[in-house]
Amino acid sequence: MKHRVVITGMGAVTSLGKDLNTFWDNLMAGKSGVSLIEAFDVSEYPTRIAASVKDFNPEDYMDRKEARKMDRFVQFAVAAGSMALKDSGIEIGTNTDAERIGVSIGSGIGGLGTWEDQHNILLEKGPKRVSPFFIPMMIANMASGQMSIMFGAKGPNTTPVTACATGSHSIGDSFRLIQRGDADVMICGGAEATIRPTGMAGFCSMRAMSTRNDEPEKASRPFDVDRDGFVMGEGAGILVLESLEHAQARGARIYAEVIGYGLSGDAHHMTEPDPDGAARCMKMAIRDAGIKPEEIDYINAHGTSTPVGDRSETLAVKKSLGDHAYKVAVSSTKSMTGHLLGAAGGVEAVICGLALTRGVIPPTINLDNQDPECDLDYVPNKPRPADIKIAMSNSFGFGGHNATIILKKYDA
Amino acid sequence: MSDVFERVKRIVVDRLGADEAEVTLEASFKDDLGADSLDVVELVMELEDEFDLEISDEDAEKITTVGEVVNYIQSHT
Repeated sequence: MKHRVVITGMGAVTSLGKDLNTFWDNLMAGKSGVSLIEAFDVSEYPTRIAASVKDFNPEDYMDRKEARKMDRFVQFAVAAGSMALKDSGIEIGTNTDAERIGVSIGSGIGGLGTWEDQHNILLEKGPKRVSPFFIPMMIANMASGQMSIMFGAKGPNTTPVTACATGSHSIGDSFRLIQRGDADVMICGGAEATIRPTGMAGFCSMRAMSTRNDEPEKASRPFDVDRDGFVMGEGAGILVLESLEHAQARGARIYAEVIGYGLSGDAHHMTEPDPDGAARCMKMAIRDAGIKPEEIDYINAHGTSTPVGDRSETLAVKKSLGDHAYKVAVSSTKSMTGHLLGAAGGVEAVICGLALTRGVIPPTINLDNQDPECDLDYVPNKPRPADIKIAMSNSFGFGGHNATIILKKYDA
Repeated sequence: MSDVFERVKRIVVDRLGADEAEVTLEASFKDDLGADSLDVVELVMELEDEFDLEISDEDAEKITTVGEVVNYIQSHT
């Protein structure tokens, strides 16, 4: 028997806020979190903007000694994860068995900042000065590790690393673990902190990022004819998934139900998307959910604002939804949050959960002149009140990794 | 003596997040100040930089208290 899986807690740390209400208000206001990078000298970088998390103090969430041993991406995960746990009302050892709660918080890249710092030390001071914490701080699985250590979650503990599809794979895999009874509760999502010299330089060299440095807030403009690349974001989006029985037994508030998960590989190119791969992924999720494509009310698109990616996803939505592609509301919240890479799927699942609960579809901002090759309803510039029942969230990563999750408004 | 102790104390407080009052000459890094094996390695590196000396792994393994560190530094600088 498959267990039904519901969302009972959510937390997000992004450029648009460090709590759910501020985050949602900014999304509803169509605000952009993008600004000039101030963390380091960007004068020689073609792209000098990003959606940074401002005034983040890790000691608001953990003590100083713990914070010192965590890369920024782990600090984001712990911040959003503790927020989500608190939001869920889960108390390990009281209303939840420690061995039945697990963690799957992914990261596309991991501790890039720690890597940079320690590599600088290696070059300047030699191998004997590289910190003993370098490896454990840098490895991409440490967000899951640290969350389990901090909260005593002794169930399944794992970490997908599938570039920009990571967050959605974390949620989908957690959904499966609970469905088949391996855990009652999973803390899942993604965390990323790559607004660092090597991270920026690498994506700049790929010509993947927007260079609209003089208008940061207009730089992320998915599906607009003048889009010129993505804008890097950072932060974390974490959800508490729980079996319906477990949630009901402790009288938990339920945001939404997870009903479908699809995943596929393009088998095509390292960085170029193949619309067939994304379409297979969406179709699998729809089949898994046991719904008809016509039942989908809202798609939170991967929509990164790259010329090729947005066109490819548009085509993929048409291939998987048929005529319904022209009726479904599609928006890219990356127009506001920037692209959080491995955390994107986590943050966007939180957005879908809020959209289902609060009955409003967040907009795609900066959509001034829609690309004729992107001809769907992208909810331009203004949020749209709508009693949506089913929302789908797409995430696609370098390597041709695709992940789609489908959420449904919870009917008691 | 007091100068070395004060400098060691500052590093211990900073690295281990210990309260200043806890950092006595008798305090054990592992038992009283909550240091794990990686903390100790990092602490040794800091001390080597601060006092411009090299502490071999064999010597580092023998040091368990703040007082032993202070003595070691005094006899090696």
